[in-house]
Amino acid sequence: METATLISTLFIFVLAVFVGFEVISKVPSMLHTPLMSGTNAIHGIILFGGILVLADADTKLAQALGFVAVVFGSANVFGGFMVTDRMLQMFKKKK
Amino acid sequence: MSSTIIDLLIIAVATLFIIGIKMLSSPKTARSGNLVAAGGMLLGLLILQGNTGGIWCQGWSFNYTLIAIGIVVGLIIGAIGAYSVKMTAMPQMVALFNGLGGGAAALVASLEFIHGKANAPFDAGSMQFATLIGSLSFSGSIIAYLKLEGKFEKPMTFPGQNILNGLILLVILGLCGWLTFNATDGNAVKAFIVMFSLALFFGIAMVMPIGGADMPVVISLLNSFTGLAVAADGFAINNRAMVVAGTLVGSSGTLLTLLMCKAMNRPVTNVLFGAFGSSGGGASSGSDLAGKTVKSLQADEAALLLSYAQQVVIVPGYGLAVAQAQHQVRELCDELGKKGVEVRFAIHPVAGRMPGHMNVLLAEANIPYDLLCEMEAINPTMDRVDVCLVIGANDVVNPAAREDKSSPIYGMPIIDADHSKQVIVMKRSMAAGFAGIENHLFYKDNTRMLFGDAKASLNALVAQVKAS
Repeated sequence: METATLISTLFIFVLAVFVGFEVISKVPSMLHTPLMSGTNAIHGIILFGGILVLADADTKLAQALGFVAVVFGSANVFGGFMVTDRMLQMFKKKK
Repeated sequence: MSSTIIDLLIIAVATLFIIGIKMLSSPKTARSGNLVAAGGMLLGLLILQGNTGGIWCQGWSFNYTLIAIGIVVGLIIGAIGAYSVKMTAMPQMVALFNGLGGGAAALVASLEFIHGKANAPFDAGSMQFATLIGSLSFSGSIIAYLKLEGKFEKPMTFPGQNILNGLILLVILGLCGWLTFNATDGNAVKAFIVMFSLALFFGIAMVMPIGGADMPVVISLLNSFTGLAVAADGFAINNRAMVVAGTLVGSSGTLLTLLMCKAMNRPVTNVLFGAFGSSGGGASSGSDLAGKTVKSLQADEAALLLSYAQQVVIVPGYGLAVAQAQHQVRELCDELGKKGVEVRFAIHPVAGRMPGHMNVLLAEANIPYDLLCEMEAINPTMDRVDVCLVIGANDVVNPAAREDKSSPIYGMPIIDADHSKQVIVMKRSMAAGFAGIENHLFYKDNTRMLFGDAKASLNALVAQVKAS
C-alpha cells in the first residue's frame, strides 16, 4: 500500500475505533445478545476478502482455501443477520 | 462506474453500518437497524472492487463459479443454522458464526501471505495479525460452542498452565515479528504454517481453562477479536469497507466485553486467567449455614401467596431456559394480571448464558419488554415487593455477594430478592449454581422452596391461580 493511502486508511481506522465505542455506550443490557449477534454479522464482511482472494487464486490449493473462506464468510454474514433478525422479531411492544 | 462514485458509495456503506449499530442499541429500532446493516453489506458486495475494477464486471472464469457456489453453500448453512436453532441455544449459534468468520479471516490473510503479496513490513504485519487473531478466534469459538453444548463444561486446569500458555504466545509473537520483516525469506512459508498451527492450538488452550458460566464473556471477546482480524485483512488487501466494519466490531465488542465483566464485578483478566470455580472458596461459607434448614411449600400455597399479592417480581435464570418454560411464565403473568397483581421481571445483566439471554427468551413468549426491568432500576423498589418468584436463577440472587467476604462472588451486584417480603424459589434440587457455592437466600426466614421442574411447577401454579 502506498504511504498516502495507508495514512488515510489509518485515519479511518482510528476514527472507527472511537465511533465503535461511542455508538454502543448507552445500550440497555436486554439488547446485549442481539447487539453481539448483529456485530457478529457485520464482521461477516470478511466474505469480501474471501471473494477477492478466490477471484485471484491461481493454484488448486489457493482455490480450495479461498473456497473454504468464501463458504465460512458467507455463512457468517447470512446466518448472522438472519439469527439477529429472528431474535429481534420477538421484541414487540405491549398492544 | 468511476472510482470517485465507488469511493462515495463505500462511504455510504460505512455510514449504513454505523447507523445500523446505533439503531441496534434501542429496542424500538433494533430490528430495522439489523436490516440497515444488512443493506450496507449488500451494497458493499455489489460495488466490491478487485485489482482491475468492479469484481462483478470481469470476465467469468472457473474461480467465479467457485465464488457463486461458495456463497450459496454458506447461505444455506447460515439459513439452516439461524432458523433451526432453539432460543436456548442462541449463544452457541453466535459462537459458531463468529468462529467461521475468524476462520475466514485467517484463511484470507494466509492466502495473501503465501501469494507473496506482503511487499512491505506493514502489509506482512497486518497479515500476521489477521492470521493469528482469526485462527485463535476460530478454535476458541468452537471450544466455547462445545462448552455451551455441555461438553467439558468444567474448567480444565493444570499447574503452570498460564505459564505454558504464555510461552506458546511468546513463540507465536516471535514468529510473527520475524515473518513481518522476512516475508520473502525461503523459510517464511514454513514458519508461517507453524505460526498458524500454534495460533489454532492457543485458541483451544486459552478457552479450555475457562468455566462454562463465563462463556458469554469469552464469545464477546472473540467476537471483537474477529472484528480486529477482519480490519487487519482490510489493511492487507486495501479494502476500506472491511477496515471500517472490522474496526467498529472490534471496538464495540471490546466495550461490550468490559460491560459484561463489570456486571459480574470481575476484571476481564480474572475471567480469562482466573479459572473460576476451581478454587473451592465456597467451602468456608458452609459453616454459617450449618444447622439451618430450607423450608419448602407446595404449588397451591405458592399460588395463594401470588394471587393475593399487589406486587410480584419474577427473577428468571438459566433454569427457565433449560426447562423451556417461558410460555408458562407468560400464562402465569397473564393470570396474575387479570387478578390485578402488578407483575414485573427483574433481569440480571448476566442471567442465563449471555447478557440479554433472558430478554430474548421472554420476548419469544410475547412478554412485553416494558415489564422487564434492569437490576439497577428494580433493586431500590424490592422492599415494597410482596412476592419475589425466582425461577431457575441462583448465583444472581445470592446475598452472599453482599454479606460474605469469603465468598468467591463477594462484590458481584445481585438482585436483592431477599429484600422482598416473601421469596419463592423454584428449583429442581438443592444443587449449587454454576459458581458452585451455597446460596444463602435459600436459608432466609422469608424464603420458601418450590421443588420440581420449572415447567411442571409453573403449570401447577397457573392452574391453582386460575382456581383461586
